[in-house]
Amino acid sequence: MAQGLLGIEALSREEIQAILDRAKDFQPRDGQSFRKYDLLRDRMVVNLFFETSTRTRTSFEIAAKRLGADSVSITASASSVTKGESLVDTLNTLAAMRPNAIIMRHAASGAPHFLQRHLEIPIINAGDGTHEHPTQALLDARTILDRGAKLEGLRVAIIGDIAHSRVARSNVYLLSKFGANVVLCGPASLLPEALKQIAPGVTLTTNMDEAIRDADVIMMLRVQLERQHEPGFSASEYFQFYGLRLEHLKLAHPDAIVMHPGPINRGREISSEAADSQRSVILNQVENGIAVRMAVLERVMAGKKTDGATTH
Amino acid sequence: MARLLIKNGRVIDAASRHDGVADVWIEDGVIKGVGANLTAPAGADVFDATGLIVAPGFIDMHVHLREPGFEHAETIESGSRAAAAGGFTSVCPMPNTKPVNDNATVTSYMIEKARRHAVVNVFPIGAITKGSAGEELAAIGSMKQAGAVAISDDGRPVMNARVMRRAMEFARSLGIPVINHCEDLHLSAGGDMHEGAESVRLGLRGIPGCSEDVMVARDILLAEVTGARYHVAHISSRHSVEMVQFAKSKGLAVTAEATPHHLALADRDMKPYDSNYKMKPPLRGCSDVTAVLEGIVNGAIDAIATDHAPHPGSEKMQEFESCPFGILGLETAIGITLEQLVHPGKIGVARMVELFTIGPARILGLDRGTLAQGAPADVTVFSTEREWTYDVNKSFSKSRNSPFDGKMFKGGPVATVVAGEVVWKI
Repeated sequence: MAQGLLGIEALSREEIQAILDRAKDFQPRDGQSFRKYDLLRDRMVVNLFFETSTRTRTSFEIAAKRLGADSVSITASASSVTKGESLVDTLNTLAAMRPNAIIMRHAASGAPHFLQRHLEIPIINAGDGTHEHPTQALLDARTILDRGAKLEGLRVAIIGDIAHSRVARSNVYLLSKFGANVVLCGPASLLPEALKQIAPGVTLTTNMDEAIRDADVIMMLRVQLERQHEPGFSASEYFQFYGLRLEHLKLAHPDAIVMHPGPINRGREISSEAADSQRSVILNQVENGIAVRMAVLERVMAGKKTDGATTH
Repeated sequence: MARLLIKNGRVIDAASRHDGVADVWIEDGVIKGVGANLTAPAGADVFDATGLIVAPGFIDMHVHLREPGFEHAETIESGSRAAAAGGFTSVCPMPNTKPVNDNATVTSYMIEKARRHAVVNVFPIGAITKGSAGEELAAIGSMKQAGAVAISDDGRPVMNARVMRRAMEFARSLGIPVINHCEDLHLSAGGDMHEGAESVRLGLRGIPGCSEDVMVARDILLAEVTGARYHVAHISSRHSVEMVQFAKSKGLAVTAEATPHHLALADRDMKPYDSNYKMKPPLRGCSDVTAVLEGIVNGAIDAIATDHAPHPGSEKMQEFESCPFGILGLETAIGITLEQLVHPGKIGVARMVELFTIGPARILGLDRGTLAQGAPADVTVFSTEREWTYDVNKSFSKSRNSPFDGKMFKGGPVATVVAGEVVWKI
C-alpha cells in the first residue's frame, strides 16, 4: 500500500508531530542555506502541477534536491493533458517511468485521492481544489511553534475566503488535533455553517474584530477569485470589512503573529503595512516550507529505491 | 403462446388485496386465474414458487436506456435484460436520449426497438420541451399518440414557471402526468454532492436540499392552478416529502417516487471522491433519508423507481467533479427495498409490492400492476430470504457504475415473466 500524504485529516497527532520535529532538523542554521543531504540518493520524484504555483513547486523541488533526490517538474500546459489524455492515463504513464513518488497539485478536490486508489506509487498532495493542502498546514504549524508557542489552547483566527480554501481546511484539521481554538471568519457567503462540524474546537464569525480579539495567530487567506463562481464582494468592500490593517493588531494578543500562505494581494485582504510589519512571519513560512517538505519527502520516500527494491 | 402455471407461491396482488398461497394460471399472454390447487393441463409449463412471493410484474417508472444516442452506455435491449434480472417487467425510459425524445418519431423508434429487442415492456416518457431546453413545448400530443405515457425534462428541469404551467395544462387535457426532476438550477449550479458537513469537509461544491424544495413548492402550486397530475421524480429531501404529503392532504393529484439508493445511503456513506456515489439528486443528509423512508411508510411516496443511469467506465474514471451523475439501479432495487423497508419491519411485503406495481401503474394510467383475470401476464417472482451477492461485473447492463458492487442481500428477484414468457430466472 502506497504511503503518500493526501491530507492532514487522516494523520494522527503523533505522525504530524514526527514530521514537525524532523523539519526542525532540516531548518538552516545561522543564516546559512539549507544543508545538502544524501538521504534520498537514488530516489526520484515527479512534481506534477496542474495549477500554477510558484512557492509550493519551487519549495518541493528545492526540498527534493537538498535531500539528494532527482526531481522532474511538469506543468499541465506542457503535458499531454492538453491533448485530451485522462488524468488516470497521465499518472499511469508517469508511474511507468518509475519515480518513487509523485507530488501533485490539481484544481479538482479529491483528484489525488481518486488516483491513489488506482496507483501503487505514493502521491503527495500539493493542494487539491478546495479540499486540502497538507504541507501548508505543516509549515504553518512549524512556524507557529518556532515562536515558542504551544498549539494547545492557542487562539488562531483564520480570515478570508474559507469556503474555497484548502489551506483553511488543512489548518483546521491540524490545529484541532492539537487542541487549538480556531476561529474562522469571512463574509457569510464564504463561510458555510457546516464548517463547525468538521473538527472540534472550531467557531465561526462574520465579524473580523471579534475574530481577532485576543488572537495569538492571525492567518489571512487570499481571496480566490478563480474559484468563485458567483458575484461576491466588491474589492473595496472586501478590504473594508475583511482586510487586515495595523489597527486590527491592537485587538490581538500583544505577541500575536500574522501569517499568510501567499501569494498576497496587498490592499485586497491585507494592507502593505500589516504584511510588512514586525508581526508578519510570512517569509518565515516560506522558509519553513522547504524544511517541512524535506521531512515529508523523507518520510514518504526513504527506504524505497528507484530499482523497485525496498529496504527497511 | 406458452401456458404457464406458477404454483404454491404467496400471491400478493395489491390491487385486489389478495395475499395468500395460491397458483397463477397464465395462457395466451394474460392472467387466466388465481386460485388454490389449480392443475396444469398436459404440455403446460409449471413453475414451483413454494416459499416465494408471486406478484404482478414490477414497473420501474424511471430509467435511462440511453438509446438512441448513447448505445455505448446502454441499449434498449441491454437495459431491458438488466430490468428483467432485477425483477422488472416494465420500464419507462426518460427522454434524455440523442436526439431527445421530444417528438413522435423518436418515441416510435424506441417503441419499435423495444418490440424487436427488449425482453420487458418499454413505455417511453416524452420530453416536456423541445430538446428539453425548457423553452418551447415539445410535440406532446403526438408523442402520446405514439405511446408516450408521461412527459418530463428529467435532468434538465423546466426552470421557467410559465412554460411549466402551460405544459401542465396541456398534459391535463391529454390525461397524462407531468414528471419533474426538481432542482432549481441556479441554487444547485456547479454542485457535485449534497450541501452539508460532508461537502464542506471534502471541499466539494454543494447541491442544497432547498434547490429541490423550491421547485417542488413551485410545481405543487402550479398543479393546483392547472389541475394537472403532477409527479415528483426521485424525491430526496425532507421538506419535499412534507410538501407532497401536504399537497395530498389538499386533495391534489400529486404523487412521488423514491429511489432505492436514497433509502439506503446518506452523504456520509459516500466513499470519498468515488463517482459511483455521484448522482442527482445527491445522497442527502441522514434526516432526509429518514424522511424519505417515513414518506414511504405513511403514503406520501407512491412508488419506488430506480433512476437507472448507466455511464461507461471511461466517464466515471475521472476526477469526481468531472464525472457524470447517475448510477445503475435495476438489478439491486428489490434487494435494497427489502433490506431498508421490509426486513426492519417498516412496511410489509404487500406494501412493497404496491410500491413497485399498482403504485406506478396508477400514476401512469397503465393497465398493469395487477394479477386480475384478463390482465397482461407480467409476473415478478421474488424471494425475501435468499442470500446473494451483487457482482456488477456480471450485470446485464453495459455499464458498471454501482455503489452496491459486492454487497450481500437477503432476498431478491427469482423469475420474471413478461406476457406469459419467462424472460429471466436465476
